Amino acid sequence: MRRIVSTAVLFATTFGVAFAGLRAGERNISAAAQQKPDATEVKIDNFSFGPAELKVSVGTTVTWTNRDDIPHTAVSTDKTFKSKVLDTDEKFSFTFSKPGTYEYFCSIHPKMTGKVVVQ
Amino acid sequence: MTAKSKDELLHDHNHDGVDRRGFLKCMAWAGTGAFCIMQGGVLKSYSMSQMAQMGGKVGKGELSFVQISDSHMGFNKAANPDVVGTLKTAIDKVNALSTPAEFMLHTGDISHLSKPEEFDTVDQILKGATPKDIFYVPGEHDMLNDDGKQYLERYGKNTKGAGWYSFDKKGVHFIGLVNVLNLKAGGLGTLGHDQLEWMEDDVKHLKSSTPIVVFAHIPLWSVYPEWGWGTEDSAQALAYLKKFGSVTVLNGHIHQTMQKVEGNVTFHTAASTAFPQPEPGKAPSPGPMKVPAEQLKSVLGITDVNYVHGQHALAVVDSSLA
Ligand SMILES: [Cu+2]
Repeated sequence: MRRIVSTAVLFATTFGVAFAGLRAGERNISAAAQQKPDATEVKIDNFSFGPAELKVSVGTTVTWTNRDDIPHTAVSTDKTFKSKVLDTDEKFSFTFSKPGTYEYFCSIHPKMTGKVVVQ
Repeated sequence: MTAKSKDELLHDHNHDGVDRRGFLKCMAWAGTGAFCIMQGGVLKSYSMSQMAQMGGKVGKGELSFVQISDSHMGFNKAANPDVVGTLKTAIDKVNALSTPAEFMLHTGDISHLSKPEEFDTVDQILKGATPKDIFYVPGEHDMLNDDGKQYLERYGKNTKGAGWYSFDKKGVHFIGLVNVLNLKAGGLGTLGHDQLEWMEDDVKHLKSSTPIVVFAHIPLWSVYPEWGWGTEDSAQALAYLKKFGSVTVLNGHIHQTMQKVEGNVTFHTAASTAFPQPEPGKAPSPGPMKVPAEQLKSVLGITDVNYVHGQHALAVVDSSLA
């Protein structure tokens, strides 16, 4: 009886470690993807846009995802784009068809600012 | 004055307005049920146990009202999965006050996402409050999507502009301001030219002995600009109030109690009925703060305000929902 239990624990532990290793690997891949200049994702975390400045080529679609427990928006100061209010995990996408520098902010928390440079 | 106990603080602020250490102690108590009162230019703090010994002598006056704030109806994340329950507890507290409140102020963020059903739920719960008159100002969460159209239809009857107004109760002049609209990138809360002009006109003909209460969602003093906790043109509004001997400013937005005295003006922020937020700069962001479930009600609360005619200032008492 005793042996069976400890084997089961051992199995679970090994499986757990293997699973944790896999997740860590996944995270590395997505971190690398974010660093590429053509990244098209902006994550909203802790009341900030990340990356705060994004460089993309003309025709790129950028997607904002709110990962906070509080709603946010992404609104460009020149009114080119304006998201609806994004609750937790909601997304907003916009395709940039003209080159330029687009500064934007959260209209609910105006201290939150970001920039998309389209080339 | 000879038998002053160690729990009582006296801060003389004839010079710069505030005794820093005493003020901080007053703030620290606020969350756990402290009582801070201005008397003849002296800010005094008492613990709740002292209040009991005094037999409620302080705090009884001719005008008694309650401020509640930031009910965030619709919020359902870990920091408080039951904002309905905590708002009901807050109303139970209001109904149980030893000096009944004549009316209530709600200083905004009634709803979390400006949804009609969120406003409906709050309205339903507030119907259970003993004070029947409720005066509102909007928070940014109440004016999402439509620049406040729905808010004004529901709560803005008899208001001016984006929802500002004033009224009088037993000789005290109340001014409700809106500082959550037309926010600019990188900026703070803002009142705007039209509202400031209205306000200047509104107070022009009042006697300087009239006690003034100003209420608005975002603080009208610079609590922590790094998190947007301030209003960029509040100095202009306060300039119109210079001639008055007693000005009390009541705000919400920051989900914690704070008090500051500057000359003739006492600034005070109320706790939320929904969830706490971190102290300025004490967390990576001002997002909802998760505390152990059994502690939640001790960091939520209501604010009870009393005015005694002839006394210098209004007495502001925070009490938690615990
Ligand atoms: Cu925001």
